[in-house]
Amino acid sequence: MSRRQGSGIRDPGSGVGDQEPGVRDRGNPGALLRLESCTRAFGGLVAMKDVDLEVHPGELVGLIGPNGAGKTTVFNVITGIYEPTAGKVLFDGKDISGRKPHQVARAGISRTFQNIRLFRALSVMDNVRIALHLRHRHSFPAALFRTPGVANEDRAQTEEAHRLLEALDLGHLSGEAAGSLPYGEQRRLEIARALATHPQLLLLDEPAAGMNDQETDRLMEIIREIRRVFGVTILLIEHDMGLVMGICERIYVLDYGEVIAAGLPEEIRADPKVIEAYLGVENDEL
Amino acid sequence: MKSAAAHTIHTMISWLLKAVWIAGTILVLLALQPLLQSGAIIDPYWFRILLLMGINVTLAVSLNLINGFCGQFSIAHAGFMAVGAYTSSYFTLHALYTPVRNLSFAQQATWMIGALLVGAVTAGIAGFIVGIPSLRLRGDYLAIATLGFGEIIRVAILNIEEVGGASGLSDIPPLSSFFWIWLIALMTIALSRNLLVSSHGRAVLAVREDEIAAEALGVPTTKYKVIVFAFSSALAGMAGVLAAHLDLSIYPSSFTFLRSIEIIVMVILGGLGSTTGAVLGAALVTLLPEGLRYVPAFTVRGYVVEMQAWRMVIYSLLLIVLMLTRPRGLLGGMEWSWHGLSRIGGRWFRGRPSDRNLPPEEQGEGDLL
Ligand SMILES: Nc1ncnc2c1ncn2[C@@H]1O[C@H](COP(=O)(O)OP(=O)(O)O)[C@@H](O)[C@H]1O
Ligand SMILES: [Mg+2]
Repeated sequence: MSRRQGSGIRDPGSGVGDQEPGVRDRGNPGALLRLESCTRAFGGLVAMKDVDLEVHPGELVGLIGPNGAGKTTVFNVITGIYEPTAGKVLFDGKDISGRKPHQVARAGISRTFQNIRLFRALSVMDNVRIALHLRHRHSFPAALFRTPGVANEDRAQTEEAHRLLEALDLGHLSGEAAGSLPYGEQRRLEIARALATHPQLLLLDEPAAGMNDQETDRLMEIIREIRRVFGVTILLIEHDMGLVMGICERIYVLDYGEVIAAGLPEEIRADPKVIEAYLGVENDEL
Repeated sequence: MKSAAAHTIHTMISWLLKAVWIAGTILVLLALQPLLQSGAIIDPYWFRILLLMGINVTLAVSLNLINGFCGQFSIAHAGFMAVGAYTSSYFTLHALYTPVRNLSFAQQATWMIGALLVGAVTAGIAGFIVGIPSLRLRGDYLAIATLGFGEIIRVAILNIEEVGGASGLSDIPPLSSFFWIWLIALMTIALSRNLLVSSHGRAVLAVREDEIAAEALGVPTTKYKVIVFAFSSALAGMAGVLAAHLDLSIYPSSFTFLRSIEIIVMVILGGLGSTTGAVLGAALVTLLPEGLRYVPAFTVRGYVVEMQAWRMVIYSLLLIVLMLTRPRGLLGGMEWSWHGLSRIGGRWFRGRPSDRNLPPEEQGEGDLL
């Protein structure tokens, strides 16, 4: 890879990232996100069982576990793709379980997908601009007649999307079809797109999956920088424990849908239950 | 940052430019109307084809909004056209006592606008009502549901004695004209293209591309599907108004699902998801039966074969050949643009690299997960 080393994130300038980690905390000791004994079953299969999980404002928390442990299901329950069979999801103190995904997004949670879900036929620019939709202000009829207000807003959206793409080093690709990008860039674009909604909480589902070591290192760098520049709280799923240990402040371990351990990286690394869960599946994960 | 005053001036100039454009279009159409109608440039036969083409352009461009841009396959367009045609005809037949010949142009225009509004609003409401339950369905199921709703609308009309049942409505006032037909066609094209380059339009494309991702980014997908469906239906309703006040009599049999399929053929022929393609498709499908008229009838084993009667068969064959050779339609989702025109001679249709309708290039790596 010819890409320059080190932090790739440039400050995107005004409009984005104008809030420090933890600003939303307002002195309230409450968590930004709290799952209260959340359960989700698919028929007889309980993919998620009595999961209690907390993410505090400004934190970078990892969620790990062997394949099929239920990690993605946790994200799907948080983002409203699935309703929890039992239990509650609280975001910023409000119960959001049962809300539709677009309402959850509006509330301030954004995510990426394990199987990249870009708008493949659309341009990189349009992928990001769609995510800016949340904050647009004009009516449908105004758009039909393209009032000057709509045209102005459109220009502003394009500028903001461009800043965001530049910040994630994708500026030169803005005209390309998203589906034609190399794999690593697609993953980065998905993160850029998720950030465009100005989330308080960013959920990343195996962002390093399918990347080589170099790309993974760079990605970790990017994640750290995103947090610093955009002041966003992050919950990160990773299959590969090495990556998570490197950047997460706290870690939850899921196995067969249940949280089997939670704590600091060192504690998790030494936890016999975790070792067993991982040893049981893939020996070389640790 | 621009100052507030500069901003206001800029806004005013934008509005002014828009007004000039619209006024210019209206003037050109008004000037063309007597010129074309007189028979000096084209004979009445081709003039009539031009009128039908305008109606078909409105139908195809509006159907493309839902089938092409929003990605929801609907086969109900003729039904909404019928709603517009019937409600507006009922309105003008009952409200317009004065013989139309004695109306001034301004009066005629007022009635036409009234009829168009009646047709658009009723068809839009019908689209809204049909859309809410149908748009929960996907793919084939949605197609079948809309097909059913389209037929339900037609059969309902067939059984309402008030609007003539099977014998339809006749003596509808001749309010429609070249001017109105093409004004609405151009308006439909303009609104469609305006929508597409707006935040709302991009949300609509997102629904087509990936509903789950769109939702996750805050796009209310169901809401957009219903809005676009209702809007598209309202435009189809206007096409119905124009057709009814042109032909002066309407029958339920003019609005069968075969008519819906004809509109779908236009959209697919030109390329789903391209307004330019829909216009081209509408033109071709309008011309096709006329072309077939010139094919002399021939006999096969004593049966007389008239190509005209085989229109639907020819559509089907056309579609099959197209799907085999150009699966993305004649234009492959590309749009016409002035900029494209000004580039390398001969290349009239251009796909910008940033074209939102570029075919997704499959990446081998994408299968890793
Ligand atoms: N929509 C669904 N229907 C049925 N089973 C599902 C569904 N989603 C997930 N599962 C099952 O739930 C379990 C956990 O899946 P997932 O959350 O994707 O695991 P992970 O992300 O940890 O690999 C798996 O056994 C999976 O097959
Ligand atoms: Mg997963």
